[in-house]
Amino acid sequence: MNLPNEADFFGWVLYLLNKYGMIFLRGAGVTLMLALIGTLIGCIIGLLVGVLRTLPYNKKANPVFKILYKLLQFILAAYIEVFRGTPMIVQAMVLYYGSKQMFGVDMSAMFAGFFIVSINTGAYMAETVRGGIDSIDVGQTEAAKAIGMTHWQTMFSVIMPQTLRNILPQIGNNLIINIKDTSVLNIISVTELFFSGNSAAGAYFRYFEVFFIISVIYFIMTFTCSRLLRWMERKIDGSGYYSLVEIDMMADPCGHNPVKKHGGKQTWKK
Amino acid sequence: MEEVNSPILQVSHLSKSFGDHQVLKDIDFETCHGNVICIIGASGSGKSTLLRCINLLETPTSGQIFFHGKDITSKGSNVNVYRSKVGMVFQSFNLFNNMTVLQNCMAGTTKVLKKDKKTAEEIAMKYLKKVGMGEYINAKPHQLSGGQQQRVAIARALAMEPEMLLFDEPTSALDPQMVGEVLQVMRDLAQEGMTMVIVTHEMAFARDVSSRVVFMADGVVAEENTPAKLFSNPQQESTREFLSRFRNQ
Repeated sequence: MNLPNEADFFGWVLYLLNKYGMIFLRGAGVTLMLALIGTLIGCIIGLLVGVLRTLPYNKKANPVFKILYKLLQFILAAYIEVFRGTPMIVQAMVLYYGSKQMFGVDMSAMFAGFFIVSINTGAYMAETVRGGIDSIDVGQTEAAKAIGMTHWQTMFSVIMPQTLRNILPQIGNNLIINIKDTSVLNIISVTELFFSGNSAAGAYFRYFEVFFIISVIYFIMTFTCSRLLRWMERKIDGSGYYSLVEIDMMADPCGHNPVKKHGGKQTWKK
Repeated sequence: MEEVNSPILQVSHLSKSFGDHQVLKDIDFETCHGNVICIIGASGSGKSTLLRCINLLETPTSGQIFFHGKDITSKGSNVNVYRSKVGMVFQSFNLFNNMTVLQNCMAGTTKVLKKDKKTAEEIAMKYLKKVGMGEYINAKPHQLSGGQQQRVAIARALAMEPEMLLFDEPTSALDPQMVGEVLQVMRDLAQEGMTMVIVTHEMAFARDVSSRVVFMADGVVAEENTPAKLFSNPQQESTREFLSRFRNQ
């Protein structure tokens, strides 16, 4: 394929796609992997931290526990504040070069990337989870306690399933943000999509054409993810259609309202 | 029932304050096996707080609560074991929204009492049929009417096979036409000898089913008597005033 002439935009786009298409795809793959795994691990961190932050403070507990509780809450709050309060691009630099210089840990750029995306997402998710837990009606907790459930049983069988459904849109938000924001990891030479774009652009000095292609690839990834997440939400909610069974003898003991016993009822049965 | 005369629950010198506001003042109260106690009184008189203190959903400021003679407010007592023996039915039903009707009634038996799934399901079905909800096992709470939700909530409490049931205004959040079905279930339970403490505004129900009626006013037990005596011949001025409002309706 010959070099297109200077002003031919689509000619350049095609030429670059032909030459760098595979490299861009590989970059997109790295970006997607960083975003997906980073969001997943971040969610797990966020769930743990969020649940720990809602641990009830027991005034009757012994002093050692009280001190441990305070210490734990301080560490968790500090984690959230520090990682929400500094840019990810700066964290990447500090962690990647700092770990080498201070502790002699030579982690690969890729590993550092996963690490930074995960703990960053974790800090944001922790607050999302805390908000999600707070949004569940206190009656749910009381009902669980009233049948003798412990704090952890209440959390995992009653509160968290409802919280997770409620914060699903926010998890989607984080995934999409991560797909885009992993681009800052090019600063520590992670070969994600932006990094691949940069090297291609540098070779021919065609920044506009290359980053036009890159932006389209980013959009395809984020749009697909947001559609998939919406589909997942609908799947979890189940069919919105149902009708009440009318053979309830207690609600209508006299039979004033004639009751249909067959036909089209109990649509919630699987 | 056996042990008719031994008190199952004793509340002694119970007080509860929220900040500077004292809601319960030195309450003494007890109930025996098979007794149905109805607590009546105006809103804000402390009825619900008393019930919530009995189940330790509120921590009493002072005083003790004895269950079979054991102080459950003491440090060493296991709150969760106690709660599993004392069922509670709430004004706003509080069914677990993430579970079906059947799962709601199995949550306690499988997780707290550690029964196997099959046994738990049998128990759940037994009580769901009893409250007339056997047809609805796969429904989610939001697909049911208020009366139906409350009946499931009663079945959920019964599935724990508790020694005593507490009802916190179980019909107050219901449309008038749904009150009847819930009261009918409670009437049946009373007849079977279930020990119950019921906070209610349903005076006719309180008169018909209770062994004793407790009238509360301003955080104290103002009067306690058999329903026949309390309703026909109230001793206190505050009781007379409260009851007259219901007669006029």
